[in-house]
Amino acid sequence: MVADGSHATGGMASRGRGRANAMQRFARRRSTIAFLMTLPLLSIIVGLVAYPAAYAIYLSTLNRRMTAFAGTLNFELLFESDTFWMVAFQSCFFAVTAVLLKASIGFWLAHMLHHIPDKGQRKWRGMLLVPWVIPPALSTLGWWWMFDPSYSSINWLLSVISVPEVPWLGHHWWARIAIIMVNVWIGAPFFMIMYLAALKSVPEQLYEAAMIDGASSFQRLRYVTLPMMANIISITVLFSLIVTFANYDIVRVLTNGGPRDLTHVFASYAFQVGILSGNIPRGAAVSLFMFPILALCAFFVLRSVTRRNKEQM
Amino acid sequence: MAFDRMTRRDVLRATALTTAAGATLSAPAVHAQATTTLRCGFWDHWVPAGNGAMRELCAEWGEKNRVNVQVDFITSVGNQNLLTIAAQAQSRSGHDILSFPTWEPAAKYDLLEPLDDVMGRLTAKYGPVNAAAEYLGKIRGKWVAIPAVSGTQMKPACVRFDLLQEHAGIDIRAMWPASNTRGPGADTWNWDTFLVAAEKCHAAGVPFGIPMGSFTDAVDAVGAIMASFGASMMDRDGKVTVQGNAKLKTAVEYLVKLSRFLPNDVWAWDDGANNRALISGRSALVFNPPSAWAVAKRDAPQVAEKCWTVPVPAGPEGRFTPYLPYFWGIWAFSRNKGPAKQLLEFLSERSSAEKQTNTSNGYDIPPFVSMNNFEVWAKEGPPQGTVYNYPLREHHNATASIAMAPAPAEFAVQAYQQALNTKVVARIAQGGETIDQSLDWLHRELTNIVRGG
Repeated sequence: MVADGSHATGGMASRGRGRANAMQRFARRRSTIAFLMTLPLLSIIVGLVAYPAAYAIYLSTLNRRMTAFAGTLNFELLFESDTFWMVAFQSCFFAVTAVLLKASIGFWLAHMLHHIPDKGQRKWRGMLLVPWVIPPALSTLGWWWMFDPSYSSINWLLSVISVPEVPWLGHHWWARIAIIMVNVWIGAPFFMIMYLAALKSVPEQLYEAAMIDGASSFQRLRYVTLPMMANIISITVLFSLIVTFANYDIVRVLTNGGPRDLTHVFASYAFQVGILSGNIPRGAAVSLFMFPILALCAFFVLRSVTRRNKEQM
Repeated sequence: MAFDRMTRRDVLRATALTTAAGATLSAPAVHAQATTTLRCGFWDHWVPAGNGAMRELCAEWGEKNRVNVQVDFITSVGNQNLLTIAAQAQSRSGHDILSFPTWEPAAKYDLLEPLDDVMGRLTAKYGPVNAAAEYLGKIRGKWVAIPAVSGTQMKPACVRFDLLQEHAGIDIRAMWPASNTRGPGADTWNWDTFLVAAEKCHAAGVPFGIPMGSFTDAVDAVGAIMASFGASMMDRDGKVTVQGNAKLKTAVEYLVKLSRFLPNDVWAWDDGANNRALISGRSALVFNPPSAWAVAKRDAPQVAEKCWTVPVPAGPEGRFTPYLPYFWGIWAFSRNKGPAKQLLEFLSERSSAEKQTNTSNGYDIPPFVSMNNFEVWAKEGPPQGTVYNYPLREHHNATASIAMAPAPAEFAVQAYQQALNTKVVARIAQGGETIDQSLDWLHRELTNIVRGG
């Protein structure tokens, strides 16, 4: 094998059979073999990611009947629509608030669990993971029953302690809060389990050293735990941001975007415009707006992860 | 041997004869063997027995015509039927016949087989269909789908006659008896009377349950009220008619007034909320097909026996009843258009329509005006005759209405699905905007829809 490893096979045997032709040399190159071995994965990515994305871009450039090229008309019309800008604001507000809450609650839960002895920890871990394991459409339906405009069980409980009824789904701010609450309830266990795994990998010696240096518990958190968990926090936040941004089922089940479109997010609005209203190109244009926002987030998060890795090397 | 004496010409002749005979015998839907398979995707009925009726009718027709009819029932829960239609339209493959919800024939008209011949024969036999069905199914002068029986509904008023009598002093059963006559006071059953009754029932703690959110019951009810005031947002040429539209302004003002006497959470109601309000005894009136009454009959019989279905109140421009039809269409890419047309014609015949309506306890409404006299509506109860006035009858002097008409269907569907008519009211009553601000917003949204083509 040559020193740079560019060929997978070589040596006396191949030389004994005479000089390999160009095709054989090409087939023996490590890069060729690597390419062939990654081909199944590449074809899955092309088929399930690249093609649908390219098709969505193509669709967004068509007219409503999908019979003629319309250029950027769909995007121009969205820019002119009050409703669309409202949806853009709500999507960002929903995703950012929900992810921050999920990360904070997940972090707190992970810490609590980390300090429980192993035997009891398993039970708590199992119980706390339940919201994440139940199919979201099903659990959201349960929440909807609790928020039901007329027969809310939460309101019934509040009335027991003489708290006035809350219009959970009827008033836009309460409806937004309700949607975020359900998303946090479903998503926080994911953060918890990721952070718990990260916490367990922090060497105990670092805490011991910090304690010897007289670090308070907050300082241990600030200067030991957080730096050691920074990468996992970043990646988890990015992952959750992507999933939360594209969330559809919670809004669809709880509010259907109402009242007055004030709880629509990109996915639910794209479905309403594209499938329900029979304007698939406009719906595709709506859904494509998520892409640049998420790409920007991914760029900054991944850059900071890479930078930290380099610093640690 | 005989075979030895055969010439090349004999062999060719025999082959030709065999081929011709084979082709004749295997001709689809003609001879004894069922060689044609017709794939149908019908709407999965809410009334469980509704699917059974469709299956039986298809089997009966298939047996008679030697066609193997495969029936799938596609639910509208989670918009599964819309997703199926979109997927089949994109892939140009799937069922031969499909049930299309209200706006889908207009959205997919260029992918649907014209059915003027079938509709021609049916209208010659049974007379015209109602105006809303024609508006939705006849696109650019061609019938692209047949107004279906199964799944089609009206949304007249389902009234708790005891509560209306007690709190508003209206004897609704005397006004609209279970016969083809108007009772005393029927002429006063208009939106002004309705508003007064709404206020009284609201004060008595049994407000009318009219949703004002973005689901179809809300859009349909508000659409019918607007139509009865002569208010439209767009004309049939696609011109937005919001600015300076006095009738629209009057209708919106009326709706804002009415909304004050509705439960304060109607802005978040879905299509089941009004049913629950009626069944739980917390509402004196809803606009709904008999499904709310049917569920009450099962779950709260003491409520059901006090329900009475009556026409929608009239406005200055007439009486308009919300109508939400299904259609049966044949894809243009279907390979079995002939048998598919025959089956649809059979399903639309009076006997088939009556079977569907009977099986669904009177829920399914045939599109032909002449079929609005099936016995089931007179017999159903308790109380007997409670749904007599569910279909449009001549003495109602009512028109079937679909919200956003007469706008071209391709624009109307977008305005309908985005519930622009309820939002224009909600922006004022709930959002605190002035009527002019709200109408300006409506104008911008509609203009945006029209610009998109």
